[in-house]
Amino acid sequence: MSNSTFKSWYQSGSPWVWLNAGAVSISLIAVIGLVLLIAVRGLSHFWPADIMSVEYNEPGLEPTVLMGEKVNHEVVPAERVPSDYPLKEGQTTVERYLLKIGNRDQFGLDFRWVNKDWMGEISYPKDILAIERREWGHFYGYLLSVQQQGETVAEGEQAWPEFQQRLERSNNLVAEIKYIEKIEIGKINQALESLRLDERRLELDGVPEDNPAYAEIEAAKALENEKYAKLQTRLSELNQALVRDQVVLQMSNGQEVILPLAKIVDVVKPNEMNRLEKMQHYFHEVWKFVSGEPREANTEGGIFPAIFGTVMMVLIMSVIVTPFGVIAAIYLKEYAKQGFITRTIRIAVNNLAGVPSIVYGVFGLGFFVYFLGGNIDEIFFQAKLPSPTFGQPGLMWASLTLAILTVPVVIVATEEGLSRIPRAMREGSLALGATKAETLWRTVIPMAAPAMMTGLILAVARAAGEVAPLMMVGVVKLAPALAVDSVAPYLHLDRQFMHLGFHIYDVGFQSPNVEAARPLVYATAFLLLLIIVVLNLTAISIRNRLRENFKASDN
Amino acid sequence: MAEQTIETSVIAAANSKTARRRRNWREFKDKLARFVVTGGGIMVIVAIVLIFFYLLYVVIPLFNSADLRTEKQFEQVPTNNVHLTLDEYNEVGLAIDEKANLRFFDAHNGDAIANFTLPIPEENAVNSFAAGSASTGIFAYGLNNGQAIVFQEKYKISYPQGTQRLITPEIQYPIGEELVQVDPQGQSLEMLTVQSYDDLTTLIALTADNRLMMSRITKDVNFLDDTVFTLDTETVEIKLDSAAPVSMLRLDIDQRELYVIHDDGDIAYYDVQNTDNVRLIQRVSAVPDDVEITAAEFLTGGISLLIGRSDGQIDQWFPVRDAQNNYTIELIRSFSEQTAPIRSILPEQARKGFVVLDESGDVGIYHTTAERNLLVENILADANAKMALSPRANGLLTVAANGDTQFHEIQNEHPEVSWHSLWEKVWYESRSEPEYLWQSSSSSSDFEPKLSLTPLTFGTIKAAFYAMVVAVPLAIMGAIFTAYFMSPRMRNLVKPTIEIMEALPTVILGFLAGLWLAPLVENNLPGVFSILILTPIMVLLTAWLWTKVPKSIRHRIPEGWEAAILIPIVIVVGIVSMKLSLPLENLLFGGDMPGWLESTGIGYDQRNSLVVGMVMGFAVIPTIFSITEDAIFSVPKQLTIGSLALGATPWQTLTKVVLLTASPAIFSAVMIGLGRAVGETMIVLMATGNTPIMDFNIFEGFRALSANIAVEMPEAAVNSTHYRVLFLAALVLFSATFVFNTLAELVRQRLRKKYSSL
Repeated sequence: MSNSTFKSWYQSGSPWVWLNAGAVSISLIAVIGLVLLIAVRGLSHFWPADIMSVEYNEPGLEPTVLMGEKVNHEVVPAERVPSDYPLKEGQTTVERYLLKIGNRDQFGLDFRWVNKDWMGEISYPKDILAIERREWGHFYGYLLSVQQQGETVAEGEQAWPEFQQRLERSNNLVAEIKYIEKIEIGKINQALESLRLDERRLELDGVPEDNPAYAEIEAAKALENEKYAKLQTRLSELNQALVRDQVVLQMSNGQEVILPLAKIVDVVKPNEMNRLEKMQHYFHEVWKFVSGEPREANTEGGIFPAIFGTVMMVLIMSVIVTPFGVIAAIYLKEYAKQGFITRTIRIAVNNLAGVPSIVYGVFGLGFFVYFLGGNIDEIFFQAKLPSPTFGQPGLMWASLTLAILTVPVVIVATEEGLSRIPRAMREGSLALGATKAETLWRTVIPMAAPAMMTGLILAVARAAGEVAPLMMVGVVKLAPALAVDSVAPYLHLDRQFMHLGFHIYDVGFQSPNVEAARPLVYATAFLLLLIIVVLNLTAISIRNRLRENFKASDN
Repeated sequence: MAEQTIETSVIAAANSKTARRRRNWREFKDKLARFVVTGGGIMVIVAIVLIFFYLLYVVIPLFNSADLRTEKQFEQVPTNNVHLTLDEYNEVGLAIDEKANLRFFDAHNGDAIANFTLPIPEENAVNSFAAGSASTGIFAYGLNNGQAIVFQEKYKISYPQGTQRLITPEIQYPIGEELVQVDPQGQSLEMLTVQSYDDLTTLIALTADNRLMMSRITKDVNFLDDTVFTLDTETVEIKLDSAAPVSMLRLDIDQRELYVIHDDGDIAYYDVQNTDNVRLIQRVSAVPDDVEITAAEFLTGGISLLIGRSDGQIDQWFPVRDAQNNYTIELIRSFSEQTAPIRSILPEQARKGFVVLDESGDVGIYHTTAERNLLVENILADANAKMALSPRANGLLTVAANGDTQFHEIQNEHPEVSWHSLWEKVWYESRSEPEYLWQSSSSSSDFEPKLSLTPLTFGTIKAAFYAMVVAVPLAIMGAIFTAYFMSPRMRNLVKPTIEIMEALPTVILGFLAGLWLAPLVENNLPGVFSILILTPIMVLLTAWLWTKVPKSIRHRIPEGWEAAILIPIVIVVGIVSMKLSLPLENLLFGGDMPGWLESTGIGYDQRNSLVVGMVMGFAVIPTIFSITEDAIFSVPKQLTIGSLALGATPWQTLTKVVLLTASPAIFSAVMIGLGRAVGETMIVLMATGNTPIMDFNIFEGFRALSANIAVEMPEAAVNSTHYRVLFLAALVLFSATFVFNTLAELVRQRLRKKYSSL
């Protein structure tokens, strides 16, 4: 009985259907799991985690106290631990925690695996400080006192408010110094460089040395140098003021450390904070991440330049790709004679959407950067040679390369949109005496606009996620300046830029301290993912609405 | 603005001036639009096609053969030259004659630049001459009293007037102007070979009474003043083991290997590294009986010996290490493009190429690694001419015995690339057998580039294969269910999700593969395999149990939601498998599965093909899924309804009707997926070790074409061979994906036609 039902069940094909269903489930789990994984890891990075303090008795060593944030946990088979590890009788696994103990300048390493067997009681003392520093990563410890020029000004209870107050002052000073260094001195450097170029141009043109033009340039140079000297004195004053304060801190092993306030970005007492405060701090940290500049070989700080670079590149690409893609699609659909050649072109365009992006990168490097860029330098930027202007990878070439890479997407989407427009619309317009151009401009294109929009959004989504070609045509680890600034011509298309996707690759795989960089990579990945998912969902919803509209007009 | 006034104005009479003007204007606009759109459209299409042609344009010079142009021709006073050299800038020639006179002259017109005469005592006559490796510019004369003098050419380059280059030739004496007593017995030196490099100089000479003498001079430079030095000379005799007369002596630049070539065509290979342990390693008969050895020269680097034969063939020999660490010299490859006896061989200094002159005056240009003959051209009437090749191998100077001098320009940019060196097994220097190797650059200047694209292509294929193994079943099965069985409401959720999956940046996938999945898989290898086995079993079990569930519950869930029911099951299987991983590993593999695999001879890398297969499969699934799903969904409804009406079950209808109809589209989906897997860069770059090995082991990594381009392109010098070979790699990728996609597109178009007729 049971046998026959099994047989009939088998013959009905039902197991196969279920297996097919299983394939869908696996794919769904993979996508959603992946997005959740990145979201959880990326977003949890900013949460001020509690810092534990634990006594650690490693056999053969003095017992010490460790202080840190629990990052990871694993159970390892006994076979994989070193042979000199003192296993208990019958112990088959070893449980370990990865602690972020910080204080890399003091301990040599800021992450440490600790074995659970050797850990004493775990406590969460309320007054542990988590200090974010400008270099060497985090510092964990207790506050002992606040000093000014080496003299103690506050101790015990008063130390904490005093610390916070003085930290604000030092951060303001740091901001001012940075402004002078980056913006004002940057302007002077630009001016000096352009003066140097002017001089070089005069030399190239063969203007004799006694020409007054040279003297003018010299005078202008002297003026800039004077400004520079003034800024230098201001800077040294600020730096003097900055080094005024220090704090004395006690590390987990009891050692005392003096930390200048100039080196500190931020300080919190995570164990003392309640949910609300933590939430507040969380958003503060997220904001710092999105708006800040990277530090410590990109493993700390924010990713603003990468976001900015990605957005700039995508914007410039869109400006290039939209008109060309749309014109090509209109040509193929409306003007070209439909025949063998058009069909071949269509196949070729479709195929190009499938050509590996790295090939576009190679093309961009060879054709745009070395060929076009090299020639542009020869003609327009001779004074600057041999240092290249456009003859090196840069924002413009990256945008152009991605425009070529995404133009098939726009063409295909636009063509699809055009072919969805009912014949009757066109014929109606023509019958009323409109020319072909008028029909296109007033009837067809407005109706196809959402399709073009979809194409553009898909192109942008693809461009934002592409990394391989960019590695050749303009993306760098760390760009010295943004592509847009206050110096004419304001938009510097020849500059190299940072990119979210490349940032992920670079920080995740090229940085010396992968463990410290990992949460940041997840956060960056989440941001990129968010941008791309939002763009794609927009495109999908536009497309779906479009289909509904046309369904209505078809009837 | 103008347009609006026309629109709002009263309509003019049909043939009035205004109406005509307006009509013309509209006609003009229409034409303009047509012109702009057509022009723009064609431009975009041309730009797209340009990619292919530009890649081709960069690649083609790789396969050009060499070109030799006679630039200058002039007469000089005839002298009996024994050697000729040319400087790096093709400006200064040096003629060395048999009487110890050195004459530097302008290589373009023969004007004398400087003359030197060596400090040889008048009572001693010069008997023999030897030239060291061309890159060192070392020469030596052997005298009739057993002494020798070593000297070196040097060029000082200065810019006295800004950019104008001035080359001042000089003669230096690396071990001083003192003569070296090579033969303590004072016999005349009949034949000589010399090398000097890095404070070590070796002279080996054949004396008049047929003894082979070696002098090794170690120079100890004072560290305060490098013009002050002390010399330490050791002299030993090397035992000849053949009575046949010696015809040539050749010593390598590192002064470790000596080749003695005898008249009977034998090569005796000596190890002369230690003066107290000079030994004969091997004697081989290098040529057939009726052929003689007429020339012999080292290839740059001093590893390979090139043998020119009387039948015009050139053989390359080098020492090969066997399993017992013994070296024997072997014949590696031969070039037989020329037929007259070889007169002289000139090795290039920076590449493994060489230039050959034969008896008939033919000059041939070759490259060893690529096994390429780049040129054979008759440029000389007199085969007794001396030739000099410039260090950059772009100039050739010839001086005939009657003083006729020619300067030739050689264009030979990329001799090291050929079909053979790119795709076939090549026997590289110092390797024990022919191999496929990719090693494009090195710090040493006499490096032999190993430019085999085979291991990289293999890596690409390996990656694509494992990705397809993961993606094809999942994607096609998923698409079948989604298109054919799934309820429309769920489908509306699933399709966008899969589309989002397609848009996920591969850099994110690659980063997860490298930093999250690879360690996870390494630590839970048994768990991963148990997921693979348990998931289908549990799915089937669930399906079976589902039939046992009371109807009241079953009916609450409408048909077409099976996938949703399975989601928790699959998750549970995953979690349980991961939990089971550790006990399983302890039970079956002694606690360390990667270690266990290593002990059974299967290599294990953390970043391996399994990880790449999983992640790249994930990246390819949506591509295949979408196309397949669309195809199955658009199979005309009357076909399925007809089949069902005839009593077939849904599954029978699917396999016998729907899949058959949609099979071309499924094929094209797989092709497009394959194209994507082949070209994917970031995942393979981040999730593998990027070592170019050829092994299909799933637990080891590989280096794919795309990742190789990404890694090496930024460092390749523009228009160098390396740069062009990377372009070639890009072209290969481009062509491969283009073929896959075109195939897919053609199939799809045919299918579309078929559907429209149904």
